[in-house]
Amino acid sequence: MRKWFSKYSQQIFLLAVMILICIILTAESKYFLTWKNIKNILEANSYRMILAVGMTFVIASGVMDLSAGAVVSMCGVIMAVSLHAGFSVPAAVALGICSGAAMGALNGILIHYTGINFFILTLAVSGMLRGISLMVTDGKPITRFGQEFIFLGIGRIGGLQLSVILAILLVFVSFPLMFHMKWGNYVTALGGNKDALEKSGIHVGRIRISVHVFLGATAAVTAVIITARLNSAEPNAGMNMELDAITAAVMGGTAITGGRASIGGTVLAVLILGVIRNGLTLMSVSSDYQQWITGFLLLVSVLISEIRVRKTGALMK
Amino acid sequence: MDTPVVEMKQVKKRFGYIQALGGVDFKAYPGEVTAIVGDNGSGKSTLIKILAGGLKPDGGEIHIRDRVFASLTAKQAIEQGITTVYQDLALDNCKDCAGNIFLGREIMKCKILLDHRLMRERTKELLKRLHISIPDITQPVEKMSGGQRQALAVARAVYAGGDIMIFDEPTSAMGLKETSRIMELFLDLKKQGKTIILISHNLFQVFDVADRICVLHNGFLVDSFLTGDSSPQKLHEMIVEKEEEMTDEEMV
Ligand SMILES: Nc1ncnc2c1ncn2[C@@H]1O[C@H](COP(=O)(O)OP(=O)(O)OP(=O)(O)O)[C@@H](O)[C@H]1O
Ligand SMILES: [Mg+2]
Repeated sequence: MRKWFSKYSQQIFLLAVMILICIILTAESKYFLTWKNIKNILEANSYRMILAVGMTFVIASGVMDLSAGAVVSMCGVIMAVSLHAGFSVPAAVALGICSGAAMGALNGILIHYTGINFFILTLAVSGMLRGISLMVTDGKPITRFGQEFIFLGIGRIGGLQLSVILAILLVFVSFPLMFHMKWGNYVTALGGNKDALEKSGIHVGRIRISVHVFLGATAAVTAVIITARLNSAEPNAGMNMELDAITAAVMGGTAITGGRASIGGTVLAVLILGVIRNGLTLMSVSSDYQQWITGFLLLVSVLISEIRVRKTGALMK
Repeated sequence: MDTPVVEMKQVKKRFGYIQALGGVDFKAYPGEVTAIVGDNGSGKSTLIKILAGGLKPDGGEIHIRDRVFASLTAKQAIEQGITTVYQDLALDNCKDCAGNIFLGREIMKCKILLDHRLMRERTKELLKRLHISIPDITQPVEKMSGGQRQALAVARAVYAGGDIMIFDEPTSAMGLKETSRIMELFLDLKKQGKTIILISHNLFQVFDVADRICVLHNGFLVDSFLTGDSSPQKLHEMIVEKEEEMTDEEMV
């Protein structure tokens, strides 16, 4: 029991914080605990959840991807251009998701084969992709895609928004993928000790590339949702989205250096960040504060995990 | 005399301007323990890393049974029945005992799901059989002591099996009792007809279990003999002498 408690201390802590925030907000605003508002929170954070889950796998593998936001914008632009070129909605979406996966593969290939620090590489890729989006769109949004596409962003099935259903499905698939299947086992081993994984006879490059393909695909799904919601693809879309995703994953207890992951933690962290945003809006606090608070929470969660590591005497790899 | 299972011919390896191996011939026979000794930096680990795959030699040939390789990947080496305990142990510190023992050879249920429970049970049995005491096998390796980690790496190798087993200083952090258990294990593995390659700085230990001893010095094989033809004292003198010879040469 104590072992279980110490293993999940970060998640238990998050749960407590979440409950505390909810109690405060319920006291502050009658509207907060209504089904309408809860649905609101879920819908506003579904795409963040999707990207954060993808990022959790990448962080577990020992790297971070700073180009995720740029991939979101690039995928949006690709889908917009192909829709305007007369592609059907399924074809454009498939193209978008394949491009996201391809951009992820590019990141994975670069990281694996050049051995250059992931930070620099993904930052460079991010700059390139944003530049291409700007060039293609001439800096202007591409708009109007028709009802069929917009449905993907705001359409509902059985009362729940499609994006919320997608996010829930992804979370449920991610648990077994991360903890009960070979692939997830190798992803965390890659972050834990790449050398050991290689010496076990596993093709490390394949794991590295596939985990980035996974993130690329989640970024593309994110792009579908936000492009459809806004009915517009913009070169500046997805700005700072990678930071939100990294914040959520690290807050959730996934080790910054890789090797250990928590899907449940990521889910909780996304919800906490979402509830805070919602609460600030309900209390009519300016959205400028929200950015500040996200950064602050990243700092606090990194500090907490660092203190936890020091206290338990665990080695950071 | 038996034919060697492993034969490395004129294996060379450079790291920048450091000549780690300058054309080494090495043989290992089935049912024998072949020890490699030499001072720090003499190229022992480099030699076995080339055999275990992953490190590409600059020249030479590696014969394993009737196959010839210019270099091997870790995967090829494993397929050839080579199991290795590396000097740095190659453990994933974030995973627990079972996670490490079964990394790359997981037990599955329903084809696609990891059978964590069965792997944990097998781990318990294995550690018990090898008399390795680790109080809590579910904690990550990073919380284990140096000796416990070494024992785990040895257990991992035993579980992996393989006809050719390489141990790079497997007992350097172990206590007396634990070390003697590992020595017994070597004799046991030898009886099973396995080819064992042991790197160790403990000459008495080497003379206890090894059948054949190879002495490396500055990347060259300077001597190789049967254990019966020498003694720990003579070997010690030889290693020290080599060192002095070299310093003399350098002075000239
Ligand atoms: N990856 C590497 N990069 C650069 N030089 C290396 C590398 N690995 C080994 N060397 C060099 O090659 C030489 C032989 O190293 P090796 O690890 O084989 O020695 P060793 O005999 O195993 O020593 P020890 O008893 O300390 O384990 C050393 O001089 C070392 O500095
Ligand atoms: Mg060595």
